[in-house]
Amino acid sequence: MSETVLMKGNEALGEAAIRSGCRHFFGYPITPQTELSAYMARKMPKIGGTFLQAESEIAAINMVYGAAAAGVRAMTSSSSPGISLKSEGISYIAAADLPCVIVNIMRGGPGLGGIQPAQSDYFQATRGGGHGDYHLLVLAPNSVQEMACLTADAFNLSEKYRIPAMILGDGTLGQMMEPVDFSALPKPVFAEKPWATNAMGGRRGPNVIKTLYLLPEELEATILEREKKYDFLRENLQRYEARFTEDADIILCSYGITSRVVETAVRELRNEGIKAGIIRPVTLWPFPEKIFKQVRPKAYLSVEMSMGQMVEDVKLACECRVPVYFTGRTGGIIPSPAEVIAKVKEIHREVCAVV
Amino acid sequence: MSEVIYKKPDSLSDKPFHYCPGCSHGLVHRLVAEVIDELGIADNTVAVAPVGCAVTADEYFRFDTVQAAHGRAPAVATGIRRALPDRFVFAYQGDGDLAAIGTAETVHAAARGENISIIFINNTIYGMTGGQMAPTTLPGQVTQTSPYGRDPYTQGYPLHICEMLSALNGPTFLTRTAVDSVPHIRETKKAIRKAFSYQLQGKGFSLVEVLCACPTNWGMSPTDAVRRITEEMIPYYPLGVYKEEV
Repeated sequence: MSETVLMKGNEALGEAAIRSGCRHFFGYPITPQTELSAYMARKMPKIGGTFLQAESEIAAINMVYGAAAAGVRAMTSSSSPGISLKSEGISYIAAADLPCVIVNIMRGGPGLGGIQPAQSDYFQATRGGGHGDYHLLVLAPNSVQEMACLTADAFNLSEKYRIPAMILGDGTLGQMMEPVDFSALPKPVFAEKPWATNAMGGRRGPNVIKTLYLLPEELEATILEREKKYDFLRENLQRYEARFTEDADIILCSYGITSRVVETAVRELRNEGIKAGIIRPVTLWPFPEKIFKQVRPKAYLSVEMSMGQMVEDVKLACECRVPVYFTGRTGGIIPSPAEVIAKVKEIHREVCAVV
Repeated sequence: MSEVIYKKPDSLSDKPFHYCPGCSHGLVHRLVAEVIDELGIADNTVAVAPVGCAVTADEYFRFDTVQAAHGRAPAVATGIRRALPDRFVFAYQGDGDLAAIGTAETVHAAARGENISIIFINNTIYGMTGGQMAPTTLPGQVTQTSPYGRDPYTQGYPLHICEMLSALNGPTFLTRTAVDSVPHIRETKKAIRKAFSYQLQGKGFSLVEVLCACPTNWGMSPTDAVRRITEEMIPYYPLGVYKEEV
């Protein structure tokens, strides 16, 4: 039975987390994700959960670290400058192989930047953000429905693979209202957690969650072990949406809210007889490289709300066999379909010129 | 027939402490382990270890331990406590950890009246990094980063943590003790027991500040270091109960 309601993206995300068994949310106010904290503040006390407004983003992520170590499904959310503050804790969580969900509803940066939507934290999300050799599982929704569904996925995958997961949204997705059907949510699959530091009663000996290894050989061994997991995820967890790619001369790559603009642009281009296609990564880490081996466009165009960050992954994925272009706006501005169309036509003249 | 009259607490592992001769960490570890044994709560305990010399406390304690980032132990303990309301959760922190980088986490966990206990090792110096000025370094004290003696005019004054926290409504038991004499060591154990009991009774935030020695980084013999606690630290950091709610 469908359970369709009209909701803001941030609230749908919160509701999905609760339906996924998350009962511990640690937040700190920052625009444009505050509706999520407010939603959790309203709901958690009524279902026996914990909503705690921490003294800082640093404290909030460390509360998540503690709760995750104790074995519960824990979550925190913020927006770009706040994620920079959380990066210390995220590195520790990754190093301790703890599952949790971190939400970044991106706004313009660097610095305080602005409060309008942006996608300029792509490098931070996909390259780690904090110090050390680690990755997050990064999921990029492009609708309120996906905000909900990918949140449910994030909890399940994070727990299954003991890897922190990030929902990388933006201010538009967080604030806009769309219908969302909660009956479509993936069901929670709870993993056994024999490693949890939940007091040793019943166990033979103590559990320890730690990230310090003073012997380099020991530290290297833990990193190599984690890398095996990353390799497995790179091989098995790539998610994307590909459309009109079979005959495409130019494939447009975009994620999140930008992919909605690209959708409009590609329809218009097709109407005008230009063979444009779409690859929309849903997992930004692991990046969906495999699909790039199956298509043969004459050029790629990465469309982003940044100065071009994912464009590097597109170049790596297609091994620069064809030109990779970039267009986008930054600082809190969403590119218009007209801007995207104009750029595609320019590329089309270059790579599809009739001699 | 011989009788055991003194033994290692069950809550301590067989691993020998790596701490320097005369360091107070081993002594306070033992007091904590004795209290946990006496209260019979090892099976129900989750400890939070700091960054600093006690970072490897998990190797000595025989109960679950989580290693926190520098200064974040009260936040980590809060997360554990909120996830496991029926467990016993304590953090063990040094002065750099608790009173410099983690001041916000300390003050706000206290202000929330978080039902956790904190053992605060105040030895007026950063030990693990080799003896730099701490937030509790005494005026005039020579350290690696106050080589001419701490000058309050340029390097500020030490923090009095018990006094500061006693201004808040959240904490229910705050006390400062020392380990410079047998009576003081006994008082320290009593204070730890009281702090832990407060948590077990659901009374909220408690903290025991213990004035400790760091002979290596003070450049002193273990006996001179103990004398320094008595003669220099206690006059600056008066012992006593700073808050006690019945």
